[in-house]
Amino acid sequence: MNKHPTISRSTLHESTRHDSGPKHVSGSAEYIDDMIEPAGTMHAYLALSTKPHAEIVAIDYAAVKASPGVIGVLTAEDIPGENDVSPSHKHDEPIFAAGKVHFWGQPLFAVIAETRDQARRAAHLAQVEYRDLPFALDVRAAQAAGGQLVTEPLKLERGDVAAGFEKSPRRVKGSVTIGGQDHFYLEGQIAMAIPGEDEDVTVFSSTQHPSEVQLMVAHVLNIQQHAVTVNVRRMGGGFGGKETQGNLFAAVAAIAAKKWNRACKIRPDRDDDMTATGKRHDFVVDYDVGYDDTGKIQAVDAVYGARAGFSSDLSGPVTDRALFHCDNAYWYPAVRARSEPLYTNTVSNTAFRGFGGPQGMMACERWIEDIAYDLGRDPLEIRKANFYGTDSENVTPYHQVVEDNVIHRVVDELEQSSDYQARRKAILDYNAGSPILKKGIALTPVKFGISFTATWYNQAGALVHVYKDGSIHLSHGGTEMGQGLYIKVAQVLADAFCVGLDAIKIMATSTGKVPNTSATAASSGSDLNGMAAWDAARQIKARLVTHAAKLYQCDEAVVEFVPGGIQAGDQFVAFAELIASAYLNRVQLSAAGFYQTPKIHWDRATGRGHPFYYFAYGASVSEVTIDTLTGEYVVDRVDILHDVGRSLNPAIDIGQVEGGFIQGMGWLTTEELVWDDKGQLRTKAPSTYKIPVASDVPRIFNVRLAEWSVNKEPTIGRSKAVGEPPLMLAMSVVEALSMAVASVADYKIAPRLDTPVTPERVLMGCERLKREARG
Amino acid sequence: MAEIANAIRFILNDEEIALTDVAADTTLLDFLRLEKRLRGSKEGCAEGDCGACTVLVGRLHGDEMIYDSVTACIRFVGSLHGTHVVTVEHLRAKDGTLHPVQQAMVDQHGSQCGFCTPGFVMSLYGLWMRDPHPSQPAIEKALQGNLCRCTGYAPIIRAAKAISSYGAPEADPLRAERIALKGKIKAIHDGRRVEIADQIIVPASLDDFASVYEANPGATIVAGSTDVGLWVTKFMRRIGPVIFIGHLQELKRIAENDSELRFYAGVSYSEALPSIAANFPQLGELWDRIAGEQIRNMGTIGGNIANGSPIGDTPPPLIALGAKLHLRWGEHRREIKLEDYFLAYGKQDRQPGEFVESVTIPYLPAGEHFATYKVSKRREEDISALCGAFRVFVNDAGVVGMVRIAFGGMAATPKRARAVEAALVGKPWTLETVEAAIGAFAEDYQPISDMRASAEYRLLTAQNLLLRFFHETTGRGQRLRREVA
Repeated sequence: MNKHPTISRSTLHESTRHDSGPKHVSGSAEYIDDMIEPAGTMHAYLALSTKPHAEIVAIDYAAVKASPGVIGVLTAEDIPGENDVSPSHKHDEPIFAAGKVHFWGQPLFAVIAETRDQARRAAHLAQVEYRDLPFALDVRAAQAAGGQLVTEPLKLERGDVAAGFEKSPRRVKGSVTIGGQDHFYLEGQIAMAIPGEDEDVTVFSSTQHPSEVQLMVAHVLNIQQHAVTVNVRRMGGGFGGKETQGNLFAAVAAIAAKKWNRACKIRPDRDDDMTATGKRHDFVVDYDVGYDDTGKIQAVDAVYGARAGFSSDLSGPVTDRALFHCDNAYWYPAVRARSEPLYTNTVSNTAFRGFGGPQGMMACERWIEDIAYDLGRDPLEIRKANFYGTDSENVTPYHQVVEDNVIHRVVDELEQSSDYQARRKAILDYNAGSPILKKGIALTPVKFGISFTATWYNQAGALVHVYKDGSIHLSHGGTEMGQGLYIKVAQVLADAFCVGLDAIKIMATSTGKVPNTSATAASSGSDLNGMAAWDAARQIKARLVTHAAKLYQCDEAVVEFVPGGIQAGDQFVAFAELIASAYLNRVQLSAAGFYQTPKIHWDRATGRGHPFYYFAYGASVSEVTIDTLTGEYVVDRVDILHDVGRSLNPAIDIGQVEGGFIQGMGWLTTEELVWDDKGQLRTKAPSTYKIPVASDVPRIFNVRLAEWSVNKEPTIGRSKAVGEPPLMLAMSVVEALSMAVASVADYKIAPRLDTPVTPERVLMGCERLKREARG
Repeated sequence: MAEIANAIRFILNDEEIALTDVAADTTLLDFLRLEKRLRGSKEGCAEGDCGACTVLVGRLHGDEMIYDSVTACIRFVGSLHGTHVVTVEHLRAKDGTLHPVQQAMVDQHGSQCGFCTPGFVMSLYGLWMRDPHPSQPAIEKALQGNLCRCTGYAPIIRAAKAISSYGAPEADPLRAERIALKGKIKAIHDGRRVEIADQIIVPASLDDFASVYEANPGATIVAGSTDVGLWVTKFMRRIGPVIFIGHLQELKRIAENDSELRFYAGVSYSEALPSIAANFPQLGELWDRIAGEQIRNMGTIGGNIANGSPIGDTPPPLIALGAKLHLRWGEHRREIKLEDYFLAYGKQDRQPGEFVESVTIPYLPAGEHFATYKVSKRREEDISALCGAFRVFVNDAGVVGMVRIAFGGMAATPKRARAVEAALVGKPWTLETVEAAIGAFAEDYQPISDMRASAEYRLLTAQNLLLRFFHETTGRGQRLRREVA
C-alpha cells in the first residue's frame, strides 16, 4: 500500500473556516460596488414618490435633464418589454409607477448620469403633480377599507373545529400584532449591467435569485433569456431581502445599459433602500382557541391578516408559511387557519428569514401564554402538554404526518442543562422582593418545515469541471450571502473526490453555468446544492473508476477513492495523475449534477399534502430583567439547543444559530418600523431603525448543537437546514419579558405584549396590568 | 493674518497626499473609494451609524501619534490636514500575512457576509492598540458603532479577546512605520492656514479662526462633522465655504480650576471622558452611551451644544449643573447661561460670525445629589427618546433647598422643568412630595410622538425618572445590571 501521505482526512462535518474569511478581513472580498467599472460606466438613481396613493397628473423633467452630468431620464416609455418585475407573475409590480403611485417611495423614473452623485442630485429635481387618493397603511385600515387582497388567500383545516369548541370547557379570543422587520443587509441593493453584442447583456446583481433576475431582465428588454447572463460572487447580506427585491435594480441597470450602450450601475442610498424595498410582513392575528382544564388545546380558529403592501410579490407563499407554522410544535385536534394577504399603500413586503413562519409561531405562542395565565400555570407546562406526539397526535393542519419529532428530547435536555426549574423558582422569589426590577424566564420550542412550499423550487444543479492538473471548478445554483453555503458545498465536493479544499475553486454563481436555479432561500441552499454537487462528483467518479479499472486491470468494485487519489486494488494513484491519464484516454472530466427533493407534494387548493421533506427543531431559554419605571430591560442569559442533524460544518452552523437568534431578537425587541400618518416610513436608516449591537448579546449566551441528531431523511451528510429556524429561538425573549411584566399583577393577567417589545411596550404593558389588577 | 498654503496634506497608509483641488463636501469615504480606488472601506449607511467605513485617523498629540477610529463616510477630506489615515488595505503584510486582528477574526469565524468586516477590523485594531487585553465591556464599547447583521457579534467578541494571542501591539509591523512618519506629520503643521478655492479654510490657530470666521460669517464651521456630515450625505446640502476647526489644539484644551471645569469647544467626547469621569462620575455612563466610539472620537461638546439639537445628550446634564457658555466673535467674548442659549427649535443665541469657544461647568457642591438618565429604544448607539438630568440639594432638615431638572427630547429645545422644580423646592424630600410634583411635568413639557417614542411614554417616563432619582438619593434605587458574568 502506498497511500498518499500528505492529504488530510475528509473535511465534511469539520469546522472549516469561511472560504472568503481572509478576503473579508483584508477588504479584498469584492462586492459589486467594489468592482472596477468599465470605462464610461453610467450611474442610475431612482426618483421616488412622495405620496402613499395618488394619480400622477404630470411630471416635469426639465430641471432633471438640465442638471450637471445627466445623460438622460429613464421612464416607463423606455422599457422595450413589459413594465413589470412581479415575481409572482401577476403583472402587478411596475418598475416605474404607471399612472398611479401606490406607496410613498415607489419609483417614478430613473436618472442616468455620469456620476452617482450627479444622478442622485438630479433625481430630486423633478416637479411631480399628484391627485391624492384615499389610502390604507396597515392591516386594520386595510380590513376596514374592505380587505382587498393582493393574492389568493389560503385556508388550512383539519378536524371538526365547531365540535372542538363545543367540548372545550375553556376558550380564549384575542388579537396579536406582530411587527415587521427591515432586512438591514449591510450591503444595500445594487446592480451593474454591461451591454454586449446583439441582445446580450451581463448583469452583476446582489441577488439571492440570479435565474429570476435573468428572467426579469429578459422580460423587460423583450429578449430571450439566453441573451442575459447574471453573475453573483457574493452578497453583503441577504436574509430574504434579495430574493426578489433586486429585480427592479437589475432591470433598470440593464435597460439603461442597452439604451445607451454603456455599462450602468445603480445603488440607492440607505434611506431609499429602506423606503423603496420590501420587508418582513407585519401581521395582526385574530384568534379563538378552545382548551381544557389541563391546558390541552382542543380547537384553534385564526385569521392571519398581513400587510402585503401594494403588490403580491411573495405575499402568497409568505402568508402560506405563516399558516404552515400556526402550530409551531403543537398538535391541534381541530384547526382552521385562514390568511389575508392585504393590499396596503405601503412598500410590497417580501421574503425575510423564516418567510412568515416566525409570525405564525409567534401568534401561536401568544395563545399558549393566554392559556397558561388563565390556568395559573408555567407556560412551559402548557407547551409540553400540547407537543406533537411521535406515534399519535402527529398530524399537522396541512395533513402531513410529523415523522421525525425530536422536540421532547430537545426541550428536556435544555430544561436540564439550563437549570430552568430552579432558576424559575429563584426568579419568582426575586420578584416578590424587588419593587422596581422584575425578572422573567421562558422556554420556547421551534419546529420548522424544510422545503420550498412551491414544490418545483426543490431542485438544484451543479457544474463540476476537473482540469488536467487535478484542480477543480465548482459551480452550483446557490448564492453566497454570508451563510457559508459555498464552503459547505466545497466540503461536500472535497469529500466526494477525497481531495483537499485547496484543490477546489469555488466559482461565482452564474446563470451561464447552471440554468433555471431556485432562489437561495427557504434554508435550502446546502440541502439542494450540496446534493447536486455530490451528484456531479458521482458521475465523474464513476467514469474515473471505469477508467482506473481498465488501466490497472482490476475490477471496478475494488477501485476506491481514498485521500489524495484512488486505490485500484494494490495500486495507489494520486488524484492529479489519475486525472492526467483519464484526459489522455478521453474520459469526460466535467459533469452537470442535479437533485430534486424526494417525497414532497402539496395541493394548495385542498390544503393537503406533504410539503416539507423534514423538520428542524430547537429550543431556547431566555432570562430577562426589566425596569418597571422605564421599561428598559436586559437579556441576562440565553441557552440554546438546536438541531441541525449531522452538521456539515459546526462552526458555520453555530454562526447561523447565534446570528439567527440575535436577528430574531432584534425583530422582536428594538426593531420597530414606524410609518407616519402621511404614509412615509420614518425608520429608514440605522439612526432611527435599531438592529442589535454587540452589547445587546445576552450577558450569558450558551449555544449548543444537538450533536446526537441525525436527519432521518437521506439529506447531504444527514444534515439539516439551518438558515432560518434559529431566528425563531428568539421567541423566548418575548415570553420572558411577558413573565416579567406579568409579575406586576402577580401573574394573574396574561400580559399580551405585541412585538416588537420595545421598552415603551414593556412600560405600557406594566401600566396596563397594574390598572387591570386594580380593577 | 497667517500665511496661506494651498493644499490639504496628509498621509494615506504609506502614501503622501497633497490635494489642491478638493471640494468642501468631499468625504473621506468617497475619496478612498472613487479616487484612490481603495474599496475595502464600505458604505453601509452614509450617516456614521453602521461603521462599515471605519478607518483610523492618526494625529499628533504632543509628541505622540494618537489613532482614533472614525467613520469615513461623514469625515470630510478637508478635515484631514496633518493626519495619518490608515485603511483596512494597509493591515495585511505585503507577503499576504494577515495582521493579528485579521487572523483572529478569521480563526474565530468573525465574518459571514463580510461587508461590515473591514469596519470591525479597524475598530478592533484601534482598541487593541491601546488595550491589548480588553474586557468584555471595553470590547462592547469599542464596537458600539459597528453593526453586523449576520454573526450576532458573539464570534467577533471572541476574536477581540483572542487578538493578543497572535501578537502584541509592540510587535505590530505598522508601529515602526508610524514612528518614521511622525516627522512628516509634524512638517505638515507649518503654522500656515490652508485655503482652497474659497471653499475650504483650515485656520492656523484659534485667533486665526476667530478672524476668518468674523470675515466669513456665512461659512459653515465643521469640527467633528458628525452633524454637518449628514447635511451632505443625506440631504445633499452644499456647505461651502467651510472652516475646519477639528485640528485646532487650542480648542482641545481642558482646564480645571478650583471651582469649575472648562472644555474648549473642540474637545471630543472621547477626549472629555477622563475629566468627566473624574469630576462628574455620575455622567460616565451617559458618556459611554453617546453614539458609538467613532462618533465620540469625532464629535465635540461644542458642536453638540452649538447646533442646538433638542435631543443632544450633553445639554440636559450641563444645564442642571449650571454650565456657562463662552461665545466669541472676533476678539469680543461674552458669557451666557447654557440654558439661555437655546431659544427655540433651530434657533440659538448665536450671532453671525460668533462661535462657541468653551463651556464651563461648576463642580457639584458637596452634599448635592445629581444624576442623568438617558432612555432610548436600543440602549447603546441610539438617540435619546428622552434624557433627563436631576440635581437636588436637601438640607439638614430634609427639605429641598435647591433643585434643577432639565430634559432633552421633551420639547423643541433642551429645557428645564421649572414647574416641577417649583413643586419640589422648599418641600420635604419625601416620596409624597415627589409623587405630588410629578404631575407638573405636564405643565413643563408637551412632548411629541415620533419614531422614537410616543408622547405618552415620554411624559410617563420623565415622571418615573424623578421617582428613580428620588429612590436613588434615598438608598432605595434599583438599576439594571449589565455586567457579563
